[in-house]
Amino acid sequence: MSHETTRRLDEGALRALVPRVLVGLVRRGEDFDAAEDALQDALLEALRVWPDHPPRDPRAWLSTVATRRLVDARRSEAARYRREEATHSEPRPAATEEGDDTLFLLFCCCHPDLAPASQVALTLRAVGGLTTQEIADAFYVPEATMAQRISRAKRALQGRSLDEPGDLAVVLRVLYLVYTAGHAGRVDLADEAIRLARQLTLATEEPEARGLLALMLLNHARLPARFDSEGRIVTLDRQDRGLWDTREIAEGVRVLQSALAVQRLGRYQVEAAIAALHDDAASAGETDWPQILAWYDDLLALTDDPVHLDPAAVLGRAVAVGHVLGADAGLRETERLREILGERHRWHAVRGHLHELGGDLAAAATAYADAAARATDVAERDHLVRQAARARAADARRTSLA
Amino acid sequence: MPKYLLLKHYRGGPEPHRAVPPMDQWAPEDVEAHMAFLKHVSELLEKNGEYVDAQALTPARTWVRYGGPDAAPVTTNGPLPETSDLVAGWYMIDVESHERAVELAAYVSSEPGPGGEPLYEWIDIREVMSDAPSD
Repeated sequence: MSHETTRRLDEGALRALVPRVLVGLVRRGEDFDAAEDALQDALLEALRVWPDHPPRDPRAWLSTVATRRLVDARRSEAARYRREEATHSEPRPAATEEGDDTLFLLFCCCHPDLAPASQVALTLRAVGGLTTQEIADAFYVPEATMAQRISRAKRALQGRSLDEPGDLAVVLRVLYLVYTAGHAGRVDLADEAIRLARQLTLATEEPEARGLLALMLLNHARLPARFDSEGRIVTLDRQDRGLWDTREIAEGVRVLQSALAVQRLGRYQVEAAIAALHDDAASAGETDWPQILAWYDDLLALTDDPVHLDPAAVLGRAVAVGHVLGADAGLRETERLREILGERHRWHAVRGHLHELGGDLAAAATAYADAAARATDVAERDHLVRQAARARAADARRTSLA
Repeated sequence: MPKYLLLKHYRGGPEPHRAVPPMDQWAPEDVEAHMAFLKHVSELLEKNGEYVDAQALTPARTWVRYGGPDAAPVTTNGPLPETSDLVAGWYMIDVESHERAVELAAYVSSEPGPGGEPLYEWIDIREVMSDAPSD
């Protein structure tokens, strides 16, 4: 296993070089698509060769090998396309800082014309420095499928100007998608998303970028407590808070505070503030629900029509309402969403939680069972079936005692 | 080696050997035992070198057909949606023989149900056609 550990460390450093080398190539005038392919080849070569023959200057090595690939590719194409001169003479606007490099690449990969799945895949390869195989593993699709998705995405970008400033909101959404895609496969995508978000905060002053980083850190800190040794989900109220990563929480709070200081509130900052309040409670009973409810009010105020535009926020707020004003008030809030979320498992799961909070165990069991029937994730489905069985058994015990 | 799907069903198939309520109505410890057994089956198959894949399906189903030129796809929940056959998930295994597939399916079917007693669930075995000619 120790061999594996050393290799992983090497890979982390190697991956961090990928966006820098890529931007170097692109700034030199190489086509984004071709440069990215060439660099992927160089990366695979490095993974093969470096364990036994570590290079003196890794970045130069990658750049040289990628360039050689580009030259080879161009030579074989030269007969068909006589256009290298044109490509080479086109100057690119120079981005000087490393942070700008990251931002430039993120804007390329998160181009609004691309579908979310393509944005995610391209970002992980070009900015994250992952191999196609690793990305494919993380999303449980064949490598060939992922390779095709990436090359289609790059084809879609051809002819688009990549020099205009992109849409930061899209970049943030893509990074959050990477984060929530989770921990499948050999590469932890949540860690990867945090790494990329951290890079992004070096490149932009936008408080929402820091809000997103804070949100990820504050949620990620609870990860060690979220599953038990058997892989079963442990809900927030039952987690062993001693397992939470206090260092990550401290960093998350610090990042959040620096974002809030700008006084330009956005949804990631608000969600991070809510996560921080959960992280701050020494026990579930000490959770500051009134404060959480106040933040949810802020979150809803960010959209004109939260029920339709941000139903997840309304559902989260219903839980807070249940804890502050009572289960019935919370359940009434969920009714506003019946039309929109009534077929989603989370709506039923929240109602199960609220029924349980109000002491109606029979109704809780039914709601959990309805949630289980709609779950799209095995761990979550199993968890909801357990919740239903547990609530029903507790209800039966209570009835037999009465 | 031939591959087989061991299909589990939400409903459909032969008359249940043992009628049981839905799992959310079992005693919590019986639910735990059942889930632990299924996890054990996957681990066992992997250890034996017989595991290919295992997946679970949600119960929601939509039947779709081509609607004709310039028409939207036609969808339905199907005839008698409450009684028609509905697959819940599968193990895909790569084994020596049909006999071995039957043996493994029977083992899956011995999964604990309410009261810790075997469920005797019917398992549907389907052979996967291979690409290679078997000459």
